[in-house]
Amino acid sequence: MRYIEQQAVVKRMNGRLIANSIFKYLFLAATLVALVALVILLYRIVSQGMGHLSIEFLTNFASRFPEKAGIKAALVGSLWLMLVVAPTSIILGVGSAIYLEEYAKQNRITTFIRMNISNLAGVPSVVFGLLGLTIFVRALALGNSVLAAGFTMSLLILPVIVVSSQEAIRSVPRELRDASFGMGATKWQTIIKIILPAAIPGILTGSILALSRAIGETAPLIVIGVPVIIQFLPAGVMDTFTALPMQIYDWSSRPQQEFQTVAAAGIMVLMAVLLFMNSIAVIIRNKFDKRY
Amino acid sequence: MTTIITEKPRIDTPTQKSVKKAVYETNQLNLWYGTNHALKNIDLEIKENEVTAIIGPSGCGKSTYLKTLNRMVELVPSVKTSGEILYRGRNIFDHDYGVEELRTRVGMVFQKPNPFPKSIYDNIAYGPRIHGIKNKKILDEIVEKSLRGAAIWDEVKDRLNENAYSVSGGQQQRICIARALAIEPDVILMDEPTSALDPISTLKVEELVQELKKDYSIIIVTHNMQQAARISDKTAFFLNGEVIEFNQTDTIFSNPADKRTEDYISGRFG
Repeated sequence: MRYIEQQAVVKRMNGRLIANSIFKYLFLAATLVALVALVILLYRIVSQGMGHLSIEFLTNFASRFPEKAGIKAALVGSLWLMLVVAPTSIILGVGSAIYLEEYAKQNRITTFIRMNISNLAGVPSVVFGLLGLTIFVRALALGNSVLAAGFTMSLLILPVIVVSSQEAIRSVPRELRDASFGMGATKWQTIIKIILPAAIPGILTGSILALSRAIGETAPLIVIGVPVIIQFLPAGVMDTFTALPMQIYDWSSRPQQEFQTVAAAGIMVLMAVLLFMNSIAVIIRNKFDKRY
Repeated sequence: MTTIITEKPRIDTPTQKSVKKAVYETNQLNLWYGTNHALKNIDLEIKENEVTAIIGPSGCGKSTYLKTLNRMVELVPSVKTSGEILYRGRNIFDHDYGVEELRTRVGMVFQKPNPFPKSIYDNIAYGPRIHGIKNKKILDEIVEKSLRGAAIWDEVKDRLNENAYSVSGGQQQRICIARALAIEPDVILMDEPTSALDPISTLKVEELVQELKKDYSIIIVTHNMQQAARISDKTAFFLNGEVIEFNQTDTIFSNPADKRTEDYISGRFG
């Protein structure tokens, strides 16, 4: 006896095919909604800010007069911030990822730590701002300097770097470790010569994406008390500074209509920086394309 | 293939046999993965310059035993052992016996070809480099000698700087054998080295094993009984974590003492 009746299957075929195409268009629509929103956003900003974008805009300091307002202090400030955030967060993040993946024993405590690192990645950035205010600005008396803001931002993106580095390290095939250990290599030799080179594309991609999140964050900077209008460039990490998102936030909250175009131009600069960083991540990923 | 083997003089003539020294002496070895008793009271003596094959059905402990010989089994968490394994007279479980030191004397070739994602040259030079050899000229010589030893020099000598993954699977496995030779080991452990290879590559590796036993002691785990019969001098039959029978390969295959060995080699199970 047969369980599947051929005629019944044929009868049901039409309905299945209809459902098939319905879902196809449903998902297409979902993609289009996001895409259209993005295009509208970009169009508004570009059409508004294009007029104000010029070399002077990049080389001028902030000003009371919209036509003279420039983004120099914020752009250089953001670069200073990256100078602190990148080494701090990558060294700490990759270091903890190596410890958790390679050295730590599998037990309840490490499982708990792993789980909570993922949870930390979901903590709102304003909370990290308050943490930075308490520890770096007040307790360590760093003030609203590049260093204090950099450390705060590092803490903010650390969980993301740890998690992505852990994944990159975990994806290195076991066979490669076995081969290295089998030849009498120590754990450290295996990590530095085999595991890290194989994991570096994943680690760098994750780190750069995390850094581009740090460059766009505003809330922690506000909480720390980073000023907006500055007429000088920081000379060192102990100086105060301002950053791109702070500057944009300030311009967009001013009453004069002209400042809206200045803000739009600022957003374009910020997006150019983000696009530049993300394309570096893509280039790294393609260049080190794994071959095992 | 059998003709190649039978043309060779048998090495185990009684006069020579007494000269051969033991490389490994395993005494009452027990091993547990957690609560799973994987190896039970293993007693085996492995002689130098011989090929010792370990056969048995899946899960019988043959790979575990092989990996115990260079303590790679300890990479698995919650492994416990008792008993002793003497390597050249010294217990490898002694606290002052570093695993790194043991593994520089005992090379290993794995089931799946596992070259590093580096150039062929860097793959071979990896072992010597981690043991501190930096001189480029010496490294060059080691690389050539090892690749020649693994009978792959002529195939790759013009592409030493290419990625090791650019060659075929069979060539990759011989590169892995060359990589193991580069640390100038005393013993080579092979864990089903041909299970991922095609018949031609398998033949090449088998011929290579015959060559290598002049200079090295080889212990090979294999699923393939014909392979064990073709290439080994002695064969150990494992079943459920125990050594059922250990003898000259000829004897095991022509006149096994234990009924279970006979059943296994005649294909009645496994």
